[in-house]
Amino acid sequence: MIERFIIRGGKIIDPAQDIDFTGDVLVEDGKIKALEKPGKIPVSRGLKIIDAKKFWVLPGLIDVHVHLREPGFEYKETIETGTKAAVAGGFTSIACMANTLPVNDSPSITAYIREKARQSASCRVFPVGALSKGLKGEELAEIGGMIGEGAKAISDDGIPVMNSYLMRKGLDYAKAFGVAIIDHAEDSSLVGQGVMNESIFSTELGLRGNPQASEEIMVARDIALCRLTKSRLHIAHISTAVALEHLKRAKDEGLLVTAEVSPHHLTLTEEEIRNYDTNFKVAPPLRSKKDVLTLRKALAHGYIDIIASDHAPHSVNEKALEFDQAANGIIGLQTTVPLTLGLVREKILPLKRWIESLTIAPAKLLGIEYGTLKKGSQADITIIDPNEQWTFSEALNRSKSKNSPFFGRTFRGKVKMTIMGGRIVFEDGIVN
Amino acid sequence: MLMKNNLLAIEDINKEEVRYLLKGAKKLAQAKSVPLFLNGKTVANLFFENSTRTRSSFEIATRKLGGSVLNFTATTSSVQKGESLIDTARNIEAMQPSCIVVRHASAGSPKVLADAVNIPVVNAGDGFHEHPTQALLDVFTIEEKLGSVLKKKILIIGDIAHSRVARSDIHLLKKLGAQVSVCGPPTLLPPEPESLGVSYSYRLEDFLNMADVIVALRIQLERQNKMQIPTLNEYAKFWGINAERAKLIKKGAIILHPGPINRGVELQSEVADGPLSVILDQVANGVLVRMSALAALCMPKEYEEWVKYG
Repeated sequence: MIERFIIRGGKIIDPAQDIDFTGDVLVEDGKIKALEKPGKIPVSRGLKIIDAKKFWVLPGLIDVHVHLREPGFEYKETIETGTKAAVAGGFTSIACMANTLPVNDSPSITAYIREKARQSASCRVFPVGALSKGLKGEELAEIGGMIGEGAKAISDDGIPVMNSYLMRKGLDYAKAFGVAIIDHAEDSSLVGQGVMNESIFSTELGLRGNPQASEEIMVARDIALCRLTKSRLHIAHISTAVALEHLKRAKDEGLLVTAEVSPHHLTLTEEEIRNYDTNFKVAPPLRSKKDVLTLRKALAHGYIDIIASDHAPHSVNEKALEFDQAANGIIGLQTTVPLTLGLVREKILPLKRWIESLTIAPAKLLGIEYGTLKKGSQADITIIDPNEQWTFSEALNRSKSKNSPFFGRTFRGKVKMTIMGGRIVFEDGIVN
Repeated sequence: MLMKNNLLAIEDINKEEVRYLLKGAKKLAQAKSVPLFLNGKTVANLFFENSTRTRSSFEIATRKLGGSVLNFTATTSSVQKGESLIDTARNIEAMQPSCIVVRHASAGSPKVLADAVNIPVVNAGDGFHEHPTQALLDVFTIEEKLGSVLKKKILIIGDIAHSRVARSDIHLLKKLGAQVSVCGPPTLLPPEPESLGVSYSYRLEDFLNMADVIVALRIQLERQNKMQIPTLNEYAKFWGINAERAKLIKKGAIILHPGPINRGVELQSEVADGPLSVILDQVANGVLVRMSALAALCMPKEYEEWVKYG
């Protein structure tokens, strides 16, 4: 049976094709069959119609930076719950980081994650393989074997690769398989025991500071290694103005470097920490107002390519602690769209750039075929009401964890429907 | 005849010298009785790095030419007592051998040694730099099997960056008009491999079906550290020749390996022991080219005469 339906009257925006018009999308057999001006697609009886008037119809969103925690930390999140949060947040494809237990550092663990995702995931799951065995930063992991099992990028994310020789060899080795190395860019020896951005605020709060230099050093080092190896480097969750200067220069030079920024680094500053609320504790830490403004500008200009949630679930037990004892991380899959859409409304971020940073740019990083509404491609579609007001709450939260500083926050702009391969996987509050 | 009184690097010698050594080796192979060019002479094997097969090969070569051997290995020598390379060399020279064969882990040390003594020096492998007699025996073997190396497509697989065999092979094969390509994990290729005058790929399949000659290099476990290759299993999966990949190899092609093989890593057993493998011919030919080199250095006039007219 061929399933057909039409998404009617929405504003169709697909930066990959440079398309932005009001019209209809015909989906047939799980694929995009046609994009047409309103009324051009004949409506036969029995054709299901999804009314998208006043909505935006976008390629299914892609998040390159998610911690699904399975295997090993199922008490924080599972592939099932994490991907439910993903589709509720408008994502149809996500890449999951390797810091699981066991670490995703071998072909068999990658295969296990893929199999678990096939059984229980609501969206497409692309594992990120570890760079080093056990994330220990000592020996290369079986990168080729993991790519063979479906890994789409390589990273020790969560733990910076402190050994420059290993980082160099990892970048070199990854060239054989065409994948990027995702860089958690912090010099951990300089981070020391720092738990927030080092500044007057950390002094006032009496918390140990993590200086911006820890990120600047690592970004500068890894750009040097990117130049040396001519390999693909992706800087995760960039957060400082000086690191951005390094990034800009590297891009202007033509190096194969890309970067992502998280919604929280775009919208929150270190000042949030004044109440010692551990839901604001992340790595890298929330930075100064100046950094936030600089990050926004860099994203708008395309120096930062991608918005990625860095969805990092932790249990209450790991967060309801003294600030310096609590785990780093914020869950972000369901708040990425509303937080960053706010920047579009404030005219900080051009609409096309916003969508690009959540669709085709992450697709390119992972080398996957999604992120576009091109005719014939898989019908991965996200429908957004840019105006609806809603309040994020624990009741709406689909993640297994609750470490979000955004509960109770009222947003404007809501994900109405998420479609993956022609299947409605999320509709107005219900994960199908 | 050799222009210099040493054999330190393929890069240093010209095509005519190469031809002369190979012609001599062929003649030694065919001769009913080999003149005892080293009769009454001693060849000092100065091995600062472990090697059983190369040392044995030089030793047999020396004995076949009627010479005697002085084996000096670093583990049992004064080197451990802190003697410098040059002092060791001069002490050996004072014992009046006719020639020194040296292997050393440090690139360039045969040159340092040759500058310090007045007798011929043969490089039996220095660090990642050169291993000239290996390259000579490889070419000798290829020509024996395929007639000539001219315009032949040679594929060298493995640790090109840290291999003296790769460097000597590349220099020699290019000197003689072969087309050389290299393949291996990017971590084991030198920066800008094309600057060596070779084409390269990280994917074995890109070259395997075109090669007339495949040289699989040993993955040096002793030198290897695990920041360059994750596991031997992964190396074998992407850069090893197994029965499946061997099907891509064109008819009439041959497979060389400098030895010792890591079975199941560079070559699966069915390939190492299969019809394309000429590995044991390489070992046999190694003795011949080393005889040729030793005779050419120790008795230059007599040997040249014999190669020409004998």
